[in-house]
Amino acid sequence: MAQATGQPHFLQHHFTDVEQQRESAKLGMWIFLITEVLLFGGLFCAYAIYRSWNPDIFHNAHVHLDIFAGTLNTVVLITSSVTMALAIRSMQLGNRPATLKFLITTLLLAAVFLVVKYFEYSHKIHLGQLPGKFYTFGGIEGTNPHIFFSVYFLMTGLHGFHVLAGMGVITWLIVRTQRNAFSAEYYTPVEMTGLYWHLVDLIWIFLFPLFYLVG
Amino acid sequence: MKNGSSHSHHILPPRVYLGVGAALLILTAITVAVSFFNFGPYNLLVAMLIAAGKASLVALFFMHLKYDNKLYMTIFVASVVFLAVFIILTMFDTLRRDDIYDIGAGPIRDRAVMYDSVAVDSTITGADSIEAVSDTTINQSPGQ
Repeated sequence: MAQATGQPHFLQHHFTDVEQQRESAKLGMWIFLITEVLLFGGLFCAYAIYRSWNPDIFHNAHVHLDIFAGTLNTVVLITSSVTMALAIRSMQLGNRPATLKFLITTLLLAAVFLVVKYFEYSHKIHLGQLPGKFYTFGGIEGTNPHIFFSVYFLMTGLHGFHVLAGMGVITWLIVRTQRNAFSAEYYTPVEMTGLYWHLVDLIWIFLFPLFYLVG
Repeated sequence: MKNGSSHSHHILPPRVYLGVGAALLILTAITVAVSFFNFGPYNLLVAMLIAAGKASLVALFFMHLKYDNKLYMTIFVASVVFLAVFIILTMFDTLRRDDIYDIGAGPIRDRAVMYDSVAVDSTITGADSIEAVSDTTINQSPGQ
């Protein structure tokens, strides 16, 4: 019992000290992140295969994506990564109001990303630029242009779900920050969410040129 | 930089984050701008090099890989290396199989049921699919 006194309340009993707890959490988070890399990696490989089989389709179809919307979303996501990094930094300094401010900004930027994506998707659904048998658009030359949209919707859709999941976790962080759960000594959940959020940004950094720019 | 008391975590000044953010936005502008020029087969290479640069900035600074225990960097880089092996070997097979065999790689089921019901260019699809179907059957017996 004597050992327990003076130990911070957030230190779980199976860790020697705070630092070990933090490093363990980070190691676990990175292992999770590489499973995410491999999850998207399979889809990037699918992209590479379909693009090499159908270079003309990918070229003819990609011009139907809105470069402005894609660039806007890239800017939005990069900015949200900056605000997320600043949220972590504020918590490292124990500045709770600033953390809240940056977390809420990150959440709003994530929402902007999804709203832009919603307009892009609904425009494509309206035109029938859809995967597989749902494809009804007539303006793209070449055989099977629906393949491009299958890959497009699968990859950006999975990425969109990751943004949505990130928004859920950031909301939870906002609530916990408000309840004074974090401090300059303990901010691991904020830091881990930040790692996840930066990975979501990192994946978009590759999706954006592959679909919108080079096709 | 590495030592210090184990409790004081590496806290970066805000200008690092803002500077990296600005660099990412500039690189985004560059990649969009160069996409309007045609470098032929190098389009993809240029876009991917810029994306790799941006990704490195995110990983090194936002994800703190530059400052953290190098174990995390090792884990992350390893995943990227294995991903590259996966994609490169798959592409060797996809693009170069017909250098060795008299068949190329192609969709396993080019003539899926959906093609019958959809008004996609059915004449070309039909022609391709006969070839692809026979390819797949040959493919099943690697001994030949």
